[in-house]
Amino acid sequence: MSQVAVQTKDATPQQSVGAPKPADALQARLDALTLPKGGFTAAARADALVRLRGMGLPGPRDEYWRYTDPRPFNAAQPQPIPIAAKSPDSPLFTDLDRLVLIFVDGVFDAAASDDLSLAGLEIGTLAQADMQPDHWARGLYGTLETAGQKPVSRPFAALNTAAARDGVLIRVTGKPAKPVHILHRRASESADVIWHHVIRVEEGAELTLLETGMVGARSNGVLEVDLAKGAKLHHITAKRAGHQKLGISHLFARVEAEAQLKSFALSVNGTLMRHEGVIEIVGDDAVAHIAAAVLGDGDKGPFHHDDTVFITHAAENCESRQVFKKVLKNGAEGVFQGKILVKQGAQKTDGYQISQALLLDERSQFLAKPELEIYADDVKCSHGSTTGALDETALFYLRSRGVPKDRAIVFLVLSFLADALEEIEDEVLRGQINDRLEAWLTRRANSQ
Amino acid sequence: MLKINNLHVKLEEEDKQILNGLSLEVPAGQVHAIMGPNGSGKSTLSYVLSGRDGYEVTEGGATLDGRDLLAMEPEERAAAGLFLAFQYPVEIPGVGNMTFLRTAVNAQRKARGEEELSSGEFLKLVRAKAKDLQIDADMLKRPVNVGFSGGEKKRNEILQMAMLEPRMCIMDETDSGLDVDAMRLVADGVNALRSADRSFLVITHYQRLLNHIQPDVVHILSNGRIIKTGGPELALQVEEEGYGDILSEAG
Repeated sequence: MSQVAVQTKDATPQQSVGAPKPADALQARLDALTLPKGGFTAAARADALVRLRGMGLPGPRDEYWRYTDPRPFNAAQPQPIPIAAKSPDSPLFTDLDRLVLIFVDGVFDAAASDDLSLAGLEIGTLAQADMQPDHWARGLYGTLETAGQKPVSRPFAALNTAAARDGVLIRVTGKPAKPVHILHRRASESADVIWHHVIRVEEGAELTLLETGMVGARSNGVLEVDLAKGAKLHHITAKRAGHQKLGISHLFARVEAEAQLKSFALSVNGTLMRHEGVIEIVGDDAVAHIAAAVLGDGDKGPFHHDDTVFITHAAENCESRQVFKKVLKNGAEGVFQGKILVKQGAQKTDGYQISQALLLDERSQFLAKPELEIYADDVKCSHGSTTGALDETALFYLRSRGVPKDRAIVFLVLSFLADALEEIEDEVLRGQINDRLEAWLTRRANSQ
Repeated sequence: MLKINNLHVKLEEEDKQILNGLSLEVPAGQVHAIMGPNGSGKSTLSYVLSGRDGYEVTEGGATLDGRDLLAMEPEERAAAGLFLAFQYPVEIPGVGNMTFLRTAVNAQRKARGEEELSSGEFLKLVRAKAKDLQIDADMLKRPVNVGFSGGEKKRNEILQMAMLEPRMCIMDETDSGLDVDAMRLVADGVNALRSADRSFLVITHYQRLLNHIQPDVVHILSNGRIIKTGGPELALQVEEEGYGDILSEAG
């Protein structure tokens, strides 16, 4: 039932007479931005710019962009998107005790945010900390992004390192009593938001990081995560997109021995969204899980959502899991490109990857490209990808108990997504994400 | 209560006739058993009555308390008082047994214009009924039928039946996959639900379930039609002699 992954995107792009040359397009893209000079990040920014010019912007013929059209990300400026008066969803996590950092169009808003002091944490913001020459993030900013450019180049991540205006810099030294919550807000209809976070979790330390809210008309995010021995990061992102939004985000993580990374993303709506996850496991006995639940409805315009993941095992006895679930309707498109690379010597690797799509109609499609590349001989790696429709027997079972059809479909969609949500360890957080999903699904079911 | 009149049904996809003029009537308070060899149309009958897709009624009809069953959606039939205990209850990962059951109970109440149960009222009720069926709290919390043994799944069906309080219960090969102890537990659950205004249609291949759930009337189904109707002794005859004699006798 899986679709053949060949679309018109193979066709040579139409070169109209006035179309800019690639180098000109990149220059136009850069000209539209205000590139910060940077303090301690200056060298990393300059280096990123050189690398970006070397790789250029991606084109439709680029293998890594085979299933997703990069042109809206290449455009010099995004289309303005009206700011919705109010979201039908109640905000997430607001009833939890947490440290809130507010970003407005990608720029930290100190007045609206909580006090930054919390035992076990050192929090700074990129724009401000950049002026401190001895800042701990000095050697880290852009480092994992640079490392993540091999073997596949990721131009928008380099662009981000060069151009990011702000972000958070968090160094975790203990086990803080509450999670850190990054909350995005919009102010300008045409904001082209670029944020860059750096998280360093020291040996044995732990952090739960939440990201929610509404980002600009177009967004480009980089999250660099450096986990020391035995460190833990639990990362949950559920940013709201709105229907016309364009967004690309990147997670670059380095996971040392016995450390644990668990990252979960909920993605709802958006015209064109791409999430890249690049995780390198460098120490023995470490764990890296990355999961996503995606809901796409093409009824209010195009929906295209791409998850592109690359996990490298470079140490022994480590475990990685990729769990990606997409629910698509009304012509929505989902893409998954996921790779597990097991390097020589990474024995006893346990790598698992599953990508599944639930198509609620025949017009929607899911394109999956699972890959394994293994250079060690004592490993356990598996991958699976399925595309299917609702289970008619289960639907009938629920309805035969009196559950109305719309409601039964909501149950079955939640059931389909359950494996991805299971990746959220904390029951309270999982419950809130589940409620958000249920509310969205119920609203959709009722609006038809 | 349940009236089936000259029902003709074919499979939509295969264009294959399964029921060929089936008629029967189950009055209020009675337990009727339908027995028949494999392929006689037993499961088709239960699915057609409860509204599963894929079947086409070409002639005849069925009513519940005088209402045209076949014109209703499956959830409307449930709200009207029909319940089908599945031969193979479906596993639904990620959906809690309690959430599902409460949604079902309240959806039916709402459809009938009754007040919905509060979460406290529901909990109290479900705990009491679960206890009777030896269903522990853990089973209630788990996702619907996930990781349940065959016996647990069937007990869960009876729990749903007890909570939904249907007027007409159809039991599709409820005895399949049950050991003796599990069958007794299920039968006790069913017997506890017997009442003057509730009827049962027990579909089974073997007579043994009928030792535990005493039927008032036994029908033999063959080739999509009732070919013989009698008392409980008819089930015993099948058990001793097989279906062969009855089928040849009916011609």
